[in-house]
Amino acid sequence: MIRILVILLLWTAPAWAEAPFITLASTTSTEQSGLFGHLLPAFTAATGIEVRVIAVGTGQALKIGQNGDADVLLVHDRAAELRFVAEGWGVGRRDVMYNDFILVGPRTDPAHIGGGHDAVAAFQAIAAAQTPFISRGDDSGTHAAERRFWRLAGIEPAGDWYRAIGGGMGAALNMAAATGATTLADRGTWLNFNNRQDLVVLVAGDRRLFNPYGVMLVNPARHKSVKAELGQRFIDWLISPAGQDAVSGYRIGGEQLFFPDVDVP
Amino acid sequence: MHRVAWGGVPLYKPGVTDLYAALLPVILLSLAVSGTATVLASLIGLPLGAALAMFRVPGRRVWVLLANALLGLPPVVVGLALYVTLSRAGPFGATGLLYTPAAMGVAQFLLALPVVVALAHRGAARVWGLYGDELRSDGAGRGRALGVVLAIGRAEMLTAVLAGFGRTMSEVGAILIVGGNIAAHTRTMTTSIVLETSRGNLGLALLLGVVLVGISLVVNAAAFWLTQRRDNL
Repeated sequence: MIRILVILLLWTAPAWAEAPFITLASTTSTEQSGLFGHLLPAFTAATGIEVRVIAVGTGQALKIGQNGDADVLLVHDRAAELRFVAEGWGVGRRDVMYNDFILVGPRTDPAHIGGGHDAVAAFQAIAAAQTPFISRGDDSGTHAAERRFWRLAGIEPAGDWYRAIGGGMGAALNMAAATGATTLADRGTWLNFNNRQDLVVLVAGDRRLFNPYGVMLVNPARHKSVKAELGQRFIDWLISPAGQDAVSGYRIGGEQLFFPDVDVP
Repeated sequence: MHRVAWGGVPLYKPGVTDLYAALLPVILLSLAVSGTATVLASLIGLPLGAALAMFRVPGRRVWVLLANALLGLPPVVVGLALYVTLSRAGPFGATGLLYTPAAMGVAQFLLALPVVVALAHRGAARVWGLYGDELRSDGAGRGRALGVVLAIGRAEMLTAVLAGFGRTMSEVGAILIVGGNIAAHTRTMTTSIVLETSRGNLGLALLLGVVLVGISLVVNAAAFWLTQRRDNL
């Protein structure tokens, strides 16, 4: 076993001679929306630092940070992020950008929520009509937002119509498309999603659908392996004018996916 | 330079060259990781499986039973166990192996080993049944007997190796967890298929699947052609 490890180590040795890199644990929404494909090359070109992205749900990304397996986190569940920082796992949290959540469902709109701007009323209508709803069910930022809406609606969702799939945003959209169900999606993933079939945006524009992303360094005091200096350079770049321009420059079909969220003094 | 192409947006509407440039490193990584894992599993698994069929190894029934039981070892369990082990918070965290191709290689090695051992054992048992007495009366030492059995049973041994390779090339559960599906670093054929499916790029995902099956066909055909040729010499 030792010998195998040594051989494998030798075999990957060339990879270690590569440019400096950081590991970024982030959400499926940022990866699947294509943002990183646009953002990271700009950062790497500016600094020579490679960014390796692990795209998972926000809950899992925080867990990865807690285990010290990432240097920087870019996630979207503000309550959980603040808790993470308060518990001493993360440091230097900054707002980075935002977009919004949307309710996506079949064109036929069986719960008659289409065109509405009141997300809570829409969730109540879905529960009342018991039309199929796909829940991420994976402790992601989007899942946390969905649970918040059910709470606001005063409903404990349960029954055949409510399907918690424990999968990423793309998986939820694929399933909604295939089964004519409604789901809560982040706009970024939706705009970059190519299997919409009958799905359309039903509800958008509620202030409560605001979806902010935060960035933070995994606390180097907790994990010595954290590349604090390189990671901080990524955070500094992200909230710099250059980084914020790169965020707002990402568009699909002319539509902007993420909006800068840093107060530039 | 391939990094941008694969991690970038426009992959679902690629020109032929873009697609090729994006796919090639992914294919090569798949082959490198699975190939290394299979070779290592074969170097250990073939002699081990054969020895279990031929010699009085302590607890050999248990080992054989174990190898056969682990044929159904779920990749996701291997990935999870390895994640816990290699995580910075885990016992081998200091190696920094998590989220590297090496970690994926270890995972696939663990998945391939029982396949190779179990099939090598079965093949060697048949050969040993036919030629064992002869070899023993020849006074062949254990090492030589092992070599002869592996050589005579090379068709079975090849099947064992190919089955191990198939196991590694097709799995996604383990490498997704310990590799992290990092663009241009730990992204393989199967993890790409998962990613493109979740992006709704079903056509591209399917295309990747076809390429994967194609590779499997070519590898198997080449292997069988090689043994056929050797048999005819």
